[in-house]
Amino acid sequence: MTTDVAVRAVGLEKSFSRRPAVRGVDFTLRRGDCLALFGPNGAGKTTLLRLIAGLLKPTAGAALLREVDVRRDHRARGAVGFVSHQSMLYPPLTALENVEFAARLAGVPSPGAAARTALASLQLSALSNIEVRKLSRGQQQRVSVARALVHDPAVLLLDEPYSGLDEGGSQALTTLLESLRDKGVTMILVTHNVAEGLALSTLAAVMLDGTLARMDTRPATGFDVAAFASSYRSLAGGHHG
Amino acid sequence: MANPPGLFTAAWIIARKDLAVELRTRSAFLSVLVFTLLAIATFFFAWDATAVASIDLAPGVLWVTFTFAGLMGLQRSFGMEAQDRAIDALLLAPVEREAIYLGKALANLVFVGAVLAIALPALAILYNLPLLVAITALGPVAALAAIGLVAVGTLFSSMAVNTRLAELLLPMLSLPFFVPIVMASSQVSTRLLAGRPLEEAMPWLKILIAFDLVFVVACTLAFPYTLEE
Repeated sequence: MTTDVAVRAVGLEKSFSRRPAVRGVDFTLRRGDCLALFGPNGAGKTTLLRLIAGLLKPTAGAALLREVDVRRDHRARGAVGFVSHQSMLYPPLTALENVEFAARLAGVPSPGAAARTALASLQLSALSNIEVRKLSRGQQQRVSVARALVHDPAVLLLDEPYSGLDEGGSQALTTLLESLRDKGVTMILVTHNVAEGLALSTLAAVMLDGTLARMDTRPATGFDVAAFASSYRSLAGGHHG
Repeated sequence: MANPPGLFTAAWIIARKDLAVELRTRSAFLSVLVFTLLAIATFFFAWDATAVASIDLAPGVLWVTFTFAGLMGLQRSFGMEAQDRAIDALLLAPVEREAIYLGKALANLVFVGAVLAIALPALAILYNLPLLVAITALGPVAALAAIGLVAVGTLFSSMAVNTRLAELLLPMLSLPFFVPIVMASSQVSTRLLAGRPLEEAMPWLKILIAFDLVFVVACTLAFPYTLEE
């Protein structure tokens, strides 16, 4: 069903100063899909996420969110939550102020309450009135996730969301992402950790030199992590550096 | 169900956030304020009161100081967004890109206005200008000049922030556009401080108003293109 389509990339291409970063990427994700995207540094994973989020203008093709071109309709961006390895927060403001600001800009009806709920879901209630600059890297990353989730996005784009998180934080994030996936949130998860990515995903892809080199659907028995990791290493082997 | 804010509501939300960041740190305001007071005082110590009348010197001192203090303040406008890529979160918001520009410009206007609110009385006291006349004559001109300066400076601040030489590029891009503001403002304020009738200052006042109208509209429309990579 067309209405079930959450994300669609159509011939997506992006070049920086004539240097291609993403080359003709096509895929479709339906509601509740979670795509784990693997690839060596410089493969174009972050650029692909930024194109889907509407942060970059494609050189060719289009990124559609629920069949709406995100570059043409600014309201379509309301469907996206984005977590990057950079916090996208204002260090002098508190965790609550940062998340509440995002909620206000997204037009959430009760921004203060929504911000508190989002922070509580990441076990950050006790830190909500502390300035972000005084928080650890891992705590900042959790605030960043709360900021991305405060408006209940239908599509969640996660670029290395586990960076800086300790074991407890990683586990809490995985549990949260599993519950979001089960609620029908569509996710694209960029990670270098194959086991972590495959545990959450319904689809797994490997990106090399700006193209999707392979894309697998989760078998009924789950992904064979060892076999996928071995295949990924052999694919990526010639592309490091 | 989220209902994204309109252009002006979004601009107000962004302006409030920028002012909250500035209130929390006060670093930019204090450094610009100290620069402004030092510049006014330096000109005062170099001033030979027997050679130049205060009403001839004071407008020049004010507008030169105002221009460079404004540039210092504008640097921080998009600097705070570049840190930790907070600008990405703004660009992801379901609001028009023009709202980001208007919000930033509004916050910058409050910032420049706050500096002027302290600089004008300081100028009046040091240069023996009647305080009430200085504020009533220079205040409205300063407001018009601030709108033009902020309109242009906010746009160029967004363009310069991602370059290696942002601190050099912003003055290089902005200063040629500030020339009409400085010229018109100093001409208007010299005449008003000298007690000349308003009609005499009207041609320059019209230039100032026209500059503001043209550049507020043009910079608002041009802003989204400065964000493309």
